[in-house]
Amino acid sequence: MRIEEHPVLDFERGEKFTFFYNGQEVEGYASETVVAALHAAGIRQLGTSPELHRPRGLFCAIGNCSSCFMTVDGEPNMRVCVIKCKPGMRVEEQKGKGVVRI
Amino acid sequence: MKQVEILVVGGGPAGLCAALSASSLGAKVLVCERDDLPGGQLVKQTHKFFGSEKQYAGDRGYQIGQMLLEKAKSDPKVEIWTDTTVLGIYEDGVVTCEHDGKHVKIKPQRTVIAAGAAEKFLAFPGNDLPGIYGAGAVQTLMNVSGVKPASRVLMVGAGNIGLIVSYQLKQAGVEVAAVIEALPKIGGYLVHASKIQRAGIPVKTCYTILEAYGEGKVEGARIAKIDANWQPIPGTEEDIKCDTICLAVGLSPLTELCWQAGCEMAYIKELSGHVPITDDYLETTVPGIYVAGDVSGIEEASSAMVEGKLAGLSAAASLGYGVEAAPGLQKEAMEELDELRAGPMGERIRLGLEKVAAKGGAK
Repeated sequence: MRIEEHPVLDFERGEKFTFFYNGQEVEGYASETVVAALHAAGIRQLGTSPELHRPRGLFCAIGNCSSCFMTVDGEPNMRVCVIKCKPGMRVEEQKGKGVVRI
Repeated sequence: MKQVEILVVGGGPAGLCAALSASSLGAKVLVCERDDLPGGQLVKQTHKFFGSEKQYAGDRGYQIGQMLLEKAKSDPKVEIWTDTTVLGIYEDGVVTCEHDGKHVKIKPQRTVIAAGAAEKFLAFPGNDLPGIYGAGAVQTLMNVSGVKPASRVLMVGAGNIGLIVSYQLKQAGVEVAAVIEALPKIGGYLVHASKIQRAGIPVKTCYTILEAYGEGKVEGARIAKIDANWQPIPGTEEDIKCDTICLAVGLSPLTELCWQAGCEMAYIKELSGHVPITDDYLETTVPGIYVAGDVSGIEEASSAMVEGKLAGLSAAASLGYGVEAAPGLQKEAMEELDELRAGPMGERIRLGLEKVAAKGGAK
């Protein structure tokens, strides 16, 4: 859910568009990170851990901790807490460590 | 290879102030900031700052961040690279970074490391469930992105961050079930604690989190009172239903670059981790490398700004800029720091800095 009224802040979100989470259409705004748009849509599981396959979510939100790794447009291990969402972007839950394309 | 006079690593409160003070003496500065928006953690701080007018008391954190950024942007001697992560610092003084998707080398004459800090984690069963966030992460979601980060939160830690973020959650329409604190007393300022207690949020001291539970996501937490040996007291367990657990259990200095550069380091508990040994002018044991802000010990943004100012002045003066004006300005900054660290809340920091000095640091 997005905050519409706030006692201190006004949010200028910019252009509105859709992108894809595991193939499902999700709404995003130009100013938002992928993780913010996913949270607004109620999506908090971002992947699973490589060995025990436990669900993984956001932790630091500033690109420090690697908890939010997802596959973005085919590229694995992307820190979606600092990547802005873009129209038509394909974001997928990452299984395992991902395969780097060369 | 890009040649610069002064490289500032990090565009937070310390880094921006370092850049501005160095340029005020005439030096040319490059600031490398890994985020797309400089300002560091100020960008998400909606509360008003304390301190004196010199540290912008009365202004909200994000407004101070915007003001510093505007000053730096309009300063012809300051260049800012955003989306730029500094990766390495080498024996010959070359610094490498990722900039514009490319690997770029920089050769600075002086470097100010103002890389900030990272939130600490806490060990308990279930701590990896989605829905367990650093308090700063929740602040980013709600205050930068304007997204409601949770429905009901358990806040772990009653230092200033735990208290402030609890109040901000309430402002964003999120219910805060409780703030728990393992220590016997609230660590943050009384004014913040009173605010959230007035808002009806209970602050439970001598409490710890036993576990987080839930199917694939946080559905609740079990907490319990602890005794003087930090052991849970049987019969005091409570179940808190919540979809988010926020950890506000302190910060660690981000000192990787200091280690890599070969700066002499010391573990100082009061400064929240390993910190570089520095002299009074914030120069490390590696000549030409200065530090400012949380890298040199966890404090507040106000002291980070003044440390930035001092490190920037010192770096510029060592290059021969403003040699007449610098000593006075440096002294002023040192006095400002003393003022900020005076009083009971600064006791821990003063003790930590004494330990740094005892290890051959500040002269």
